Amino acid sequence: MGWAIALHGGAGDIPLSLPPERREPREAALRHCLQIGVAALQTKRPPLDVVELVVRELENNPNFNAGRGSVLTTDGTVEMEACIMDGNTKKCGAVSGLTTVVNPISLARLVMEKTPHIYLAFDGAEAFAREQGVETVDASHFITPENIERLKQAKEANRVQIDYTQPITKDMKKETPTADGDSQIGTVGCVAVDTHGNLAAATSTGGMVNKMVGRIGDTPIVGAGNYANSLCAVSATGKGEAIIRSTVARDVAALMEYKGLSLDEAAAYVISECAPRGTAGLVAVSATGEVTMQFNTTGMFRACASEDGYSEIGIWPNSMQN
Amino acid sequence: MEACIMDGNTKKCGAVSGLTTVVNPISLARLVMEKTPHIYLAFDGAEAFAREQGVETVDASHFITPENIERLKQAKEANRVQIDYTQPITKDMKKETPTADGDSQIGTVGCVAVDTHGNLAAATSTGGMVNKMVGRIGDTPIVGAGNYANSLCAVSATGKGEAIIRSTVARDVAALMEYKGLSLDEAAAYVISECAPRGTAGLVAVSATGEVTMQFNTTGMFRACASEDGYSEIGIWPNSMQN
Repeated sequence: MGWAIALHGGAGDIPLSLPPERREPREAALRHCLQIGVAALQTKRPPLDVVELVVRELENNPNFNAGRGSVLTTDGTVEMEACIMDGNTKKCGAVSGLTTVVNPISLARLVMEKTPHIYLAFDGAEAFAREQGVETVDASHFITPENIERLKQAKEANRVQIDYTQPITKDMKKETPTADGDSQIGTVGCVAVDTHGNLAAATSTGGMVNKMVGRIGDTPIVGAGNYANSLCAVSATGKGEAIIRSTVARDVAALMEYKGLSLDEAAAYVISECAPRGTAGLVAVSATGEVTMQFNTTGMFRACASEDGYSEIGIWPNSMQN
Repeated sequence: MEACIMDGNTKKCGAVSGLTTVVNPISLARLVMEKTPHIYLAFDGAEAFAREQGVETVDASHFITPENIERLKQAKEANRVQIDYTQPITKDMKKETPTADGDSQIGTVGCVAVDTHGNLAAATSTGGMVNKMVGRIGDTPIVGAGNYANSLCAVSATGKGEAIIRSTVARDVAALMEYKGLSLDEAAAYVISECAPRGTAGLVAVSATGEVTMQFNTTGMFRACASEDGYSEIGIWPNSMQN
């Protein structure tokens, strides 16, 4: 039994033809976030601190759909959401509808620690952010040219689009495997366990390109996109509606608890049997230091490491040549 | 106001939060499910959707009752978030509330049903907690917490929202049936006695085979049920007590 950490930068239809200028910055970010997470675990920081600091780093990176770099609503605005959960106590915090908060995951933690509630959203959440004095900026800070372009393309295609790795050109549309043409990438997340078996999970996102104003996805829904208890910690990514319907994160833990499956078996079952193909990926760690990263999409930006020296950074399935 | 509806066969669901003018939140939740590519809309976006859909809306003052104005006043005086609305909390009565923080948990409404073909559905709706922070979302619109349905059962929960979210009450009833092979009754009993802390939760549930269960670990739960075999029941306190 030792510490373990896993993080993701979104699962979805990440094309194998992803050009280096789009792939390398994300791989570098995954590597960097893995390093800071591992360093924090090695210095005995509690897993709750570790997942928060890793997700903050991912939120600050404009290459991922969280914090800065969040995808846009149909109105061209940003509405961010996040969730954090502590395995030991099952205390949790969640936020939705943030427009000016630089680090949504940290506000989620403050909801958990400073209020009698779990979940605050929209105007109430923004007001709480100001009461707490967290860092806020003008809403324009979060909007990137790439996301303005993605929204434009989604509107032209008249669909809600989740692919943000590259612009969808007219020729490429045929490459998207899902029935409705969406590709699912974006959400960021981190799970960690220390040598004592303390677990934590954190997830953050801008949601779906061209989503309706006020749309809430799986990320802030405890048991859907984020969950931790005394057995495991799970962070999911993909098509929010499918993840909600399949209660992905809770089901991994429930399969371990109620059916006696291992972390790997539970994750595999949820990814292959519960969530439709092309809709979900997850990272998870168990109280005994196991790690799993599974997805039924084309790819998932991911990284993990454990105290026994194992580490991995990847995008596509391991069985494929990179 | 917030609400959630779920269809067991398809596991399609709809949820809304932060409604201020919509007369029937549960119907707006259904429209989210049926008319949008999404599951959950909240606050301004949900209100805008309501107008697009032409559902009945009224001035926000329509929903406010004198009793609730009084409850809020008392909660502020007691400086706590209060969920009891059955009667005003007088200073003498505070000692009767059994939970550690003095709250009593009543309020959310819900319904679950199954037909003769085993089709299941669950619906839950609430105004939340007295004196809650603006923007606070509870368990009701959280699929798997306050409301859930699949091909095995349909569940609607009520009580202390935060505890129900933490214990993923509605999903766990179904998961215990699915993954551990428990009956509806056993699954509900397990969740109510082992997963949700005493004084925080109650639920009603039906199974695909026409069973019904109503369980709670609170002082009471306003409830009613009936099944095709002729059984029916309306109650508030545990059945073992004399009414």
